[in-house]
Amino acid sequence: MGPLVPDLISTELSLIIALLIGIAFGFLLEQAGFSSSKKLVGLFYGYDFTVLRVFMTAGITAMVGVIVLNHYHLIDMNIIYINPLFLWSAIVGGAIMGLGFVIGGYCPGTSICAAAIGKKDAMYFVLGSAIGVLIFIEGYPMFEGLYKAANLGNPQLETTFNIPNPIFAFLFVVIAIVAFTLVTKIERNKNEAPVCRTSNRYLAALAAVAFFIGTSQLFVSSHSDHLKEIESMTDFSDYKFKEITSDEIAIRMLRKDRSLQFIDVRSQEEFKEFALPNAILADYKNFIARDWEKIFRVDGQITVIYAEDETTEKRAVLAARDVGFDDVYLLKGGLSEFRKNILEFNKPEGPIEASMKDTYRFRELASKELPRIIEEAKPKVVKTEKTKRVLGGC
Amino acid sequence: MENNQYMNPFTAGILLGLLLLLTIFITGRGLGASGAVKSAVIGIEKTVATSHTENMRFYEEYNDTHAENPLKSFLVFEVIGVLIGAFISGMISNRLKFTLEKGDGITSKTRIAMALLGGALFGFGAQFGRGCTSGAALSGMGVFSTGGILTMFAIFGGAYAFAYFFRKLWLN
Repeated sequence: MGPLVPDLISTELSLIIALLIGIAFGFLLEQAGFSSSKKLVGLFYGYDFTVLRVFMTAGITAMVGVIVLNHYHLIDMNIIYINPLFLWSAIVGGAIMGLGFVIGGYCPGTSICAAAIGKKDAMYFVLGSAIGVLIFIEGYPMFEGLYKAANLGNPQLETTFNIPNPIFAFLFVVIAIVAFTLVTKIERNKNEAPVCRTSNRYLAALAAVAFFIGTSQLFVSSHSDHLKEIESMTDFSDYKFKEITSDEIAIRMLRKDRSLQFIDVRSQEEFKEFALPNAILADYKNFIARDWEKIFRVDGQITVIYAEDETTEKRAVLAARDVGFDDVYLLKGGLSEFRKNILEFNKPEGPIEASMKDTYRFRELASKELPRIIEEAKPKVVKTEKTKRVLGGC
Repeated sequence: MENNQYMNPFTAGILLGLLLLLTIFITGRGLGASGAVKSAVIGIEKTVATSHTENMRFYEEYNDTHAENPLKSFLVFEVIGVLIGAFISGMISNRLKFTLEKGDGITSKTRIAMALLGGALFGFGAQFGRGCTSGAALSGMGVFSTGGILTMFAIFGGAYAFAYFFRKLWLN
């Protein structure tokens, strides 16, 4: 599950990857023609829309890809870097960059490409951009107010406008198709012929592929769809669950069995009040988050999900299975039965069945010993769910 | 115009988009460029003017969030890669040549001055935009970032708004 850095790839290796990514990036930008200022500014004077074609296609490709990866939970959107939104800073900064673009003829990435193939104007542009950064650093106290005003966090379009991201991707595709048609006409008027002669068949094929990828998701339900189903489920007879009885748990706890790992899926308040030894508080809707991998997948561990009642436990187990954690037990009868049978055990009145004699004797013993053990091993910290985002940006 | 030399823009766009996607998948962040210039400036300033940087407001905040050597960063290595990649591409396509590219109506001196000025504006603006065309606009679009996409519209909108006044630099 992505992103692979920093959990699966070390920082050192990531620098080598950065170099390789950069080589591909530079190669593609140069091949696309972005090493020429005249070609770049053609976008703003209407004689060459290569930038628009490349940029829009790249953006849409990445958008569709991100949606697909997210749908299949191959990347964790809570970790990847989402550019922050400082409203005024973004607008003013963007406008200044636009001005720099028409005056200088490059943007930073393209100027580096152009400098690499010997464009002297690009070398001056790179030098200029360093001066611009220096001016910002030196005058920072002056700019800080604007720089930090209207901090709106790291929203995605979907949170800002309350419209799902895939709709936006679709919208951008429509905009792109209209723009591609339009700019070809403009180029034809300005020059004798359009800069890019791409057959409609090629474009149609691309659109078809994007459409296929986009719609394929409709037919493959995602983990969040499954969660909704699980939430409303009441009949679990189609599923088999691995159960562990309150007596067995009690025995293991008395023996201080370390192979036991409890996952508590109740509320935080309930958890703070009372929890089984070294339990970890969880919201089972979050099992998809990458941290759970380390908790569930430990060799020789008996993972027990518990809640007050068995139904909640079953939902949690199904949610865990849905993200690939199959080897999970539930506490039979839930915590309420554990309380009744063990912690608050009262020997029933009247004659006792012979077969239950030992059990009752054990439960009496356990009800005396266990509260102390449970109190001693009370989980100290409530695990915070917050995952750290990758630091990104320029 | 020698258009055939360049890659088909849609093919280039798709490959670029896939590269961005791969970058996000591997590193959790997008591509960038201006950040490397910033790291270089910071690295140099800290080395040659150490005492000067000590009491600066900018560095107070910067040092809080950046413990490592600024040059040992993802973007710096990525941009070194960009230099290599573009050079290889130029070599393959026979475009390696020392030239000064400019509009026909202006002198080389004007072009150099404008490149410096434009670069300075871009580098300066990228600080406010928290990224440039690569780091804010393109990468922001890929991850549906409202901030990145707003910056993208501001860059291109701004460029169109100002283009008329600087047409003499580019058109005959």
